[in-house]
Amino acid sequence: MTVQTDAIKRHTIAVLVDNESGVLARVIGLFSGRGYNIESLTVAEVDPHENLSRITIVTSGTPMVIEQIKAQLRRLVPVHKVRDLTVEGPSVARELALVKVAGVGEKRVEALRIADIFRARVLDSTNESFVFEIVGSTEKLDAFINLMEPLGLVDVSRTGVAAIARGANPL
Amino acid sequence: MPTQPLNGAEIILKALADQGVEVIFGYPGGAVLPIYDEIFKQNRLRHILVRHEQAAVHAAEGYARSTGKVGCVLVTSGPGATNAVTGLTDALMDSIPLVCLTGQVPTHLIGNDAFQEADTTGITRPCTKHNYLVKDVDSLARTIHEAFHVARSGRPGPVVIDLPKDVLVGRGEYVPAAKVRHKSYKPQVKGDIKLIETAVEMIAGAKKPILYGGGGIINAGPAASQLMTQFAHLTGFPVTLTLMGLGGVPGSDPQFLGMVGMHGTYEANLAMHDSDVMVCIGARFDDRVTGRINAFAPNAKKIHIDIDPSSINKNVAVDLAIVGDVAHVLEDMMKVWKARQYRPDERALRAWWAQIDKWRARECLRYEKTNKVIKPQYAIQRLYELTKDRDTYITTEVGQHQMWAAQFYKFEKPNRLMTSGGLGTMGYGLPAAMGVQVAHPDALVVDISGEASVMMNIQEMSTLCQYKLPVKVFILNNQYMGMVRQWQELLYNGRYSESYTAALPDFVKLAEAFGAVGLRAEKVGEVDEVIKEMMALDRTVIVDIRVDPAENCFPMIPSGAAHNEMLLGPEDEADKPISEDGMVLV
Ligand SMILES: Cc1ncc(C[n+]2csc(CCOP(=O)(O)OP(=O)(O)O)c2C)c(N)n1
Ligand SMILES: [Mg+2]
Repeated sequence: MTVQTDAIKRHTIAVLVDNESGVLARVIGLFSGRGYNIESLTVAEVDPHENLSRITIVTSGTPMVIEQIKAQLRRLVPVHKVRDLTVEGPSVARELALVKVAGVGEKRVEALRIADIFRARVLDSTNESFVFEIVGSTEKLDAFINLMEPLGLVDVSRTGVAAIARGANPL
Repeated sequence: MPTQPLNGAEIILKALADQGVEVIFGYPGGAVLPIYDEIFKQNRLRHILVRHEQAAVHAAEGYARSTGKVGCVLVTSGPGATNAVTGLTDALMDSIPLVCLTGQVPTHLIGNDAFQEADTTGITRPCTKHNYLVKDVDSLARTIHEAFHVARSGRPGPVVIDLPKDVLVGRGEYVPAAKVRHKSYKPQVKGDIKLIETAVEMIAGAKKPILYGGGGIINAGPAASQLMTQFAHLTGFPVTLTLMGLGGVPGSDPQFLGMVGMHGTYEANLAMHDSDVMVCIGARFDDRVTGRINAFAPNAKKIHIDIDPSSINKNVAVDLAIVGDVAHVLEDMMKVWKARQYRPDERALRAWWAQIDKWRARECLRYEKTNKVIKPQYAIQRLYELTKDRDTYITTEVGQHQMWAAQFYKFEKPNRLMTSGGLGTMGYGLPAAMGVQVAHPDALVVDISGEASVMMNIQEMSTLCQYKLPVKVFILNNQYMGMVRQWQELLYNGRYSESYTAALPDFVKLAEAFGAVGLRAEKVGEVDEVIKEMMALDRTVIVDIRVDPAENCFPMIPSGAAHNEMLLGPEDEADKPISEDGMVLV
């Protein structure tokens, strides 16, 4: 069981918790208190009957740190399940961003053209602005936002990563 | 059948009774008056009125650690709750089971900065195992039962229940404890038998083994200590214990090498360093134990048994981990050992013990025998000799005296040493002794103390006198924050910045002012006399032992050093300067 490598890797961790007040503070407090980093975090109720929420956390660390993060999460009383989607079999992950770009003339045309290539949708448009909706991997969103930068990027809102294992089984 | 609805305060008392709570340590205030009114109306639950809420928590810790039961605390909202925070953190670090009830402003005022409002669940979230804010009376009983379950099971710890005042006066249904089941919280108790078999195989092949036990052995109950001792005898392996594990095997057992760690014995630390198979049982590779991590037991295959999976591979990567209660795992390990008729490698073990005996011959705990001044080590040795045949419990404060107590007092049984290991809280020992004495009225309870630490909760002398608790406060008075002074001597060229405890009270008169007895020893010849006198008194006593102000605590592994770089005494100080890396560590 000795963990050999010290390389820092990004992991996506799914956590099923009781949907009760303070539970998100517990999870976030655990990360800040122990010096782990959070790259993205999403949370919403997923099972109203059982009163369960699902938290998806993207974090990074050495294998020993990632093991610690999972063990510490499992130690929280309202936590039901912790799954490391990065190592426990294949999974799919998506993120959504709303991207506001303001500009006129050629830049405006270019923004629309790139949005088309990225399959981003136009949610709102005025004479001098667009709001695009784009869905994809974190990397794809990063690339899109980078391209919008010189074209009049004014605002970005991202959901953080939602992830789920492939295949028929539940979490 | 629906029962008569009760008010919240009545539900609390009923739930505490159901949980077998006999004593609660507390301090009243506006937000908890309904509970105090219920306490007034009954006499089943005993309330001990402390003088500061921090002391209530430490007292509950002493009670819990000396009995194995859950300690119980009741404090008011706002300052009552914030005063409890140090105690809660202490209990979390040392895995002490507690339930702390805190008052809160009524639900409709929460968030309004109301009088004596504090965000208690927010403040205590990182210093409890779990906490609850009860928002309606109907969930009150269930929450209390769940809190006790969480506090005592798995790796034990403190749990806070925050109680808005309207919940205390509202009426609701009582739910008995048996009906409460937790959905997600299910700690693993039995160890995986396949892993246990592998572990036993590794252990049987060891040539330089070491058993390294910690507080988990104490927390797993007295049976775990017996199993630990049996396992040591079965294998013939040397054993060392952490500060929190002392008493896990008898202090006088010939296979016991003494405490491990920063102020552990030479033989224990070198046996750890040179071992080829290390079996860590209910300990957590704390930095006080491991020293410099990359030089920690470099050739040892490490097996780690712990009930808390998050303790595994946290500081030290281990070769085999078994999650489970140490008593269960030790039992299974012995079954496997016997069933497979394993035998230790006798020849290798003989050579290993010969090596250990050489280390032992260094007599690392030796100190100067003199008649000129009372050496603190001598005072503890005499305390041990004179009290060992009595039913004795020891608590300590934090500092040199704590380490000398750990080195020189031999603990034959578990639950006999109450000390603040993880947090290192000065002011722990006196209130902890109070809790121990409440639980064991006829026992001899001694707080081995320093003159600086004792001042941090000295007000509890008043509580001790009120309840006629005959605790003995045994002060090794060196007039310094000795442990701080020692570090300043070693690391800061003797610049004793603010570590002299000036303007000390006259402890004899102070004792008398509280209504207790004060004794003093200034000469070596007086030590035995005052110890005997103190033991003969069925009263609260402060004993002021005037010890050598310059004595240092050795052996010592300076921060950032490895086990085999230990300082054995003053003669080593000059030869082994402390590294720059070590200077940033605590
Ligand atoms: C609450 C708290 N504050 C500060 C410290 C840091 N500290 C550790 S030991 C010590 C000195 C203790 O002095 P004393 O009680 O006289 O014990 P001695 O070391 O002299 O035996 C101090 C200040 C601490 N452990 N706890
Ligand atoms: Mg002192």
